[in-house]
Amino acid sequence: MPTLSFSSAWSITAAVNPPRAVYLDFPLGHTAGKPEAPDTNRAILDAALDAFTNMRTPGAIVRLPFEWADDDAWKDSVMRPKASGGAHADDRVERWSTPQYQTDEDRQRVAAAPDCPTCVFLE
Amino acid sequence: MPSTRPPVDYIERTRAQYDALGYPPYQWVQEPAPPPFVPLEKPLSECSVGLIGSGGIYVSGQIAFHYKDDVSYRIVDTSTPTRELRATHFAYDLTDARRDPNVVFPLDTLRDAVARGRLGELSRRAYAFMGGIYSSRKVRNLLAPALADRVQEDEVDLAILVPV
Repeated sequence: MPTLSFSSAWSITAAVNPPRAVYLDFPLGHTAGKPEAPDTNRAILDAALDAFTNMRTPGAIVRLPFEWADDDAWKDSVMRPKASGGAHADDRVERWSTPQYQTDEDRQRVAAAPDCPTCVFLE
Repeated sequence: MPSTRPPVDYIERTRAQYDALGYPPYQWVQEPAPPPFVPLEKPLSECSVGLIGSGGIYVSGQIAFHYKDDVSYRIVDTSTPTRELRATHFAYDLTDARRDPNVVFPLDTLRDAVARGRLGELSRRAYAFMGGIYSSRKVRNLLAPALADRVQEDEVDLAILVPV
């Protein structure tokens, strides 16, 4: 089956080597566009689909012509170990093994109806 | 001014971060070239399109993902209103994904593309899981084959993959 992979991490995508990929030079967490920007996101998808239809080389990654901001300042702070080092250099949150709900209401809805037929557990 | 700097090299920055933390190097998946390549059989305007995203999206009422190598996935009906989508993940800033899930799970964007005739239709089901699974073995042996089976069963012509 044909696939089209989006990417905001060129080196990782190049290592994983999907058949066809489009690269969007945005901060992680924005692989498919900007928040509340439907016109921009429509243009991004259209550019991605155009690129997809023209790709003939397995493993191709095509850079899409969109910029996150007027300058590249955001690239400075991404995953840079802080000078202090130690645990503060790791800005990921702790890896809890219980469900991490966005809202309490979500948690309460599951407590009231714990069977989730659309949740698929593989182990 | 357009971007003049190269893409952020997350593999290199992860290496530097792990070094700073005293962790052993992360073992990145490295797939050999060339990957399998399947041509598209018909115009996009006639294609049924599937969506798989790894941004930790779930629908309110579904069980949320946990943060320790969660290899489960959620079936998301593609008619779900965007306001019912939620985002959870331990390794990226969720602010924008919670404000507008389309940044990592572009349901509205795809629905719009169908409405415009750019795509034929959106498959009834999309699939969501939470990346940051450190066991590539579990992804390769459990999760990836399960999702591949799903989109095959859905008979989509093209699967769009949105990793985070």
